[in-house]
Amino acid sequence: MKKISLRHMAKNQHGTITAVKVAGDLGRRIRDMGLIKGTEITIQGRAPLNDPVALRIRGNTLTLRNNEADYIEVEVDE
Amino acid sequence: MSKITLALTGNPNAGKTTLFNALTGARQHVGNYPGVTVERKEGAYEKDGFEAVIVDLPGTYSLTAYSEEEVVARNFLANEKPAVVINIVDAANLERNLYLTCQLLELKIPLIVALNMVDVAKDRGMDIDVEKLSLFLGVPVFPIVARSGRGVDDLMLAAGDMAAGRIAPPDMGKLKISYGDDIDQTLLSMTDMIRERNLLDKKYPSRWIAVKIVENDEILIQEVRAADSDLADRLLQEAEKVADHLLKTFDTYPEALIADHRYGFIKGILKRGIITHHYDENRLYTSDHIDKVLTNRFAGPLIMLAVLFSIYQITFSLSALPVTGVETVFNWLAAAVDGLLADGPLKSMLISGVINGVGGVLGFVPLIMLMFFCIAILEDSGYLARVAFMMDRIFRVFGLHGSSVMAFIVSGGIAGGCAVPGVMATRTLRSPKERMATLLTVPFMNCGAKLPILALLIGAFFARHKALYMFAFTILSWIIALVAAKVLRMTVLRGTPTPFVMELPPYRFPTFKGLMIHTWERSWQYIKKAGTVILMISIILWAMMTYPGLNPEQKASFMKERARVAALYEPGSKVSEKRLLAIDNREKALTLQNSIAGKIGVAMEKVTWLSGFEWRTNIALLGGFAAKEVVVSTLGTAYSMGETDPEASGSLGVRLARDPAWSPLVALSALLFMMFYAPCFVTVVCIARESGSWNWALFSVLYSTTFAFILSTVVFQVGRLLGF
Repeated sequence: MKKISLRHMAKNQHGTITAVKVAGDLGRRIRDMGLIKGTEITIQGRAPLNDPVALRIRGNTLTLRNNEADYIEVEVDE
Repeated sequence: MSKITLALTGNPNAGKTTLFNALTGARQHVGNYPGVTVERKEGAYEKDGFEAVIVDLPGTYSLTAYSEEEVVARNFLANEKPAVVINIVDAANLERNLYLTCQLLELKIPLIVALNMVDVAKDRGMDIDVEKLSLFLGVPVFPIVARSGRGVDDLMLAAGDMAAGRIAPPDMGKLKISYGDDIDQTLLSMTDMIRERNLLDKKYPSRWIAVKIVENDEILIQEVRAADSDLADRLLQEAEKVADHLLKTFDTYPEALIADHRYGFIKGILKRGIITHHYDENRLYTSDHIDKVLTNRFAGPLIMLAVLFSIYQITFSLSALPVTGVETVFNWLAAAVDGLLADGPLKSMLISGVINGVGGVLGFVPLIMLMFFCIAILEDSGYLARVAFMMDRIFRVFGLHGSSVMAFIVSGGIAGGCAVPGVMATRTLRSPKERMATLLTVPFMNCGAKLPILALLIGAFFARHKALYMFAFTILSWIIALVAAKVLRMTVLRGTPTPFVMELPPYRFPTFKGLMIHTWERSWQYIKKAGTVILMISIILWAMMTYPGLNPEQKASFMKERARVAALYEPGSKVSEKRLLAIDNREKALTLQNSIAGKIGVAMEKVTWLSGFEWRTNIALLGGFAAKEVVVSTLGTAYSMGETDPEASGSLGVRLARDPAWSPLVALSALLFMMFYAPCFVTVVCIARESGSWNWALFSVLYSTTFAFILSTVVFQVGRLLGF
């Protein structure tokens, strides 16, 4: 097990969020959309220009920019 | 007794609008909330003697102060105290949807949960125990399928019973979500302080106020401060204390902890056998397989371009016949009036002012309806969110947001929108700077009112490649708007970007009813504009173009010329008719040149010759500031006045193509100017309202007109040098 930022996850990689390290509007928005500690996510894919990233969360799809994914720390299998 | 108010609330894409349409049908009214420009949708509901006004609140994920929508929704619930609040929850996305439900519960409002799309959830192998869910949430829960109407009657029956007091509203007092010992302790003491002073007790439950303050909700804190500034200070002190403590001991923020506990509460409920998955939760559904193609790195952008281009083809080819039909009707009307009335100011006003003006605008209604219909399909199917997803990287380069796409598309990014709703669509953008940049540049897009001008001039001068030119001009409007946005973001609007995080909702087949309501709403706005503002402007312009008329000497001179023709040629002969007609034309041209509008137009020629515009074009451009549709009708009025020969009265396009003052180069220069000069007056008013300042509105008018004039001058002058 190791912790990486969501930005560095590969397509189809699976992991569990361990921390969302941002306050303010961005933090609030991220949490409102269900990205909180303990949530399991899978990278679904990336936009044609590699950014934003789309991810599966509880059977649904969310998308966020790479520089927003930076604040989300995920625990992934090696 | 005043009518009962029901409010619909829920996440975006949870099926709120579908339910609203199903309940109210065509009996809808769209307006705005005071002070902000979030759409307020209201409709009448009536069944079995239960009458209610249903308010469709904006879709939100939460009730924080993240966006204007959220603030509007929560203010409505707190201030207008609807008799019943129906919370639409997507059964297939229960966990996230219940996040909003939790917050509604804390507001202690009479809540009913409508568990929507239970059919989709079932297909996904999910079983939901509705009774248990209702028990644990402490509110009635009704499974429904809004699209087909299944379960909706039962839902409304319960809503009616609750509104009439036949069933007691759920007791919200007992429900308390725990936020952990530290926060709970603070909330307890804050709640006591709030109760002691009866702070805002008419609006909010005391614990809710405490939670919001701990969450650092700026808007509520302002409200508290205005009500009781001394108490506000003390409450904030408490909140700060717990925030400091949490940061030191757990390295976390109160807001984060509160969100964690809300989700924890939801998970706790769902775990108690409410939801059973028969398949792997994360397996891929049809929608995801579609996405694999539609957002594919290579195929995605190509398909997107193809989709956008095909919208042009469909709209233009299918609308050709009805457009001709409407034109025929108005031509017939003009001919009828011509035959019925004697020559004079009334007839002139009816034909030149009313029929030509309104007819010119209504002629494009079929085209605009088709265009709106196509956009509605993209919107309702969920494809527009994918467009935002694919476009964001590009938009960010120009200092904008992926969601700016919506505003640009609504404004006419797919030609045929309108800058007014486009400017309003910028409300979903949070950062004031990105929003301002979008606001100031969306009027560059080819809105539905510019389409007639484009269609007219392209049809007259570049008829062979109609679709290609339309497409090229749309792409050009995008380029100009984006570059302008970047320039604004680097100069007057510097600043950091806004969160992008958004949902890619599953693809859904749009409902026919939804599409029709969507299309009709927007088309009706356009038609109403034609019937009211444009009719008025058309008449004013007719008067400006008719009065003061010729002076007696000029009139006498034309009479003399006519007498000479009568003396020289046999009356009624071809030569005689031709000569008389030429005199008529000159007289009418002189009348127009002599009129108020003519004088302004002529005066403007001193500047506009640089870009190749003669005074008649100038008059039309002046009219276009009132509403872009007026450009075509004014050109029509201006040119039909100089011509009475029924043989030559083809369409306005044919007349322009024959006119010596016009050429393809002039048409190009005029097209560019008309696309990019000042937005119409309605848009300018909206910009002023959205930006909160008339200075920005004025700025918008000045910078775009200056830019358009420079652009068209350069094109015209360079084109002339090259010999076009």
